[in-house]
Amino acid sequence: MNEGARYTGVAISLHWLIALLIFAGWGLGFYMSDLPLSPAKLRYYSWHKWMGVTTFILAVLRVGWLATHSAPRLPRVIPPWQTRAARATHVVLYLLMFVIPLSGWLMSSAKGLPTVYFGVLPIPDLIAKDKAIGDLLAVVHRSLAFGLAALVGLHVAAAIKHQLMDRDGVMGRMVPFLAPPRN
Amino acid sequence: MNACVARFLSRWSAVVLAAATLAAAAATNGIDATRSRVTATFRQMNVPVEGGFKIVRGTIDFDPKNLKAARARIEIDTASFDLGAPEYEAELHGKEWFDTQAYPKASFVSSSVSAVGPNRFEAKGKFTLKGKTQEIKVPFTVRSDGGAWVFEGELPISRRAFEIGSAEWDGTLEDKVVVKFRVTTAH
Repeated sequence: MNEGARYTGVAISLHWLIALLIFAGWGLGFYMSDLPLSPAKLRYYSWHKWMGVTTFILAVLRVGWLATHSAPRLPRVIPPWQTRAARATHVVLYLLMFVIPLSGWLMSSAKGLPTVYFGVLPIPDLIAKDKAIGDLLAVVHRSLAFGLAALVGLHVAAAIKHQLMDRDGVMGRMVPFLAPPRN
Repeated sequence: MNACVARFLSRWSAVVLAAATLAAAAATNGIDATRSRVTATFRQMNVPVEGGFKIVRGTIDFDPKNLKAARARIEIDTASFDLGAPEYEAELHGKEWFDTQAYPKASFVSSSVSAVGPNRFEAKGKFTLKGKTQEIKVPFTVRSDGGAWVFEGELPISRRAFEIGSAEWDGTLEDKVVVKFRVTTAH
């Protein structure tokens, strides 16, 4: 249990590490896909896949941590519909942290370009090389990534709104140098 | 049907049959392209990427009891390289890679075949790719499948020796490319 006003240090570290990976992975993924074939392009693809595998592992740790260390309570002044909306957004964000790397991994297998974590550890192929499935998974992976971008946008906008308009300390639960809620 | 036509037909069918039997007995076999395949596995940052060459033509003379007379002549259609990723295939047809316009064919022509173990053989010969020829040794096994021979094996090939991929790829793409083949004779 976590009775404090803030998230635990572990939860805060995992949140910001994953945030960094999502921004970097998203940007790199968007940039690399339209490049012409070159050694750099294949390197970027490998890096992108390593980021995805790392995000997945960190998301597993994070959900495991959340299961044993509950999030700090939201300030009581927040209306129930906002609490519900925040909860729903978080559930979908967590789901996407799992599903997007998984769709990328399956797409890699279907495209015949398997994932080798840090160039050392081959991640087994769950599905065989298949062009049609590869193309379909590419659309799925890309669409989910845009969905994630929209939700992250909402998440960040809500955090800023709580900090600047409501001034209720919600953002301080996750940002160490901001003041946490007082109640 | 009159007797003359019947006699004519039976005589000719006997000739055709004899010719077919002779052809079957002769050791020279064409290759069944539909049951033959050559793949090349490249490694980039340790990620294996396999592509297949679909069309294989050629002839193989093979009698395990008379290896001295064994001969193989195999042609590979370089433009048939299939990576399963069309966006890359167009690139691989280009000058820096297989240059399929200038060099539409790769070939292997054996000079000698020897036994190196139980059902293990080695063919020596000339391998030509992108206009460059190298002496190579091809290890292979043989099995009989419904009257056809099935030859299988794999060997490493140096990508740089045949100038497949420009120098800028050297840091990303390994020089060693593993070539695997299954060649089935027609019967």
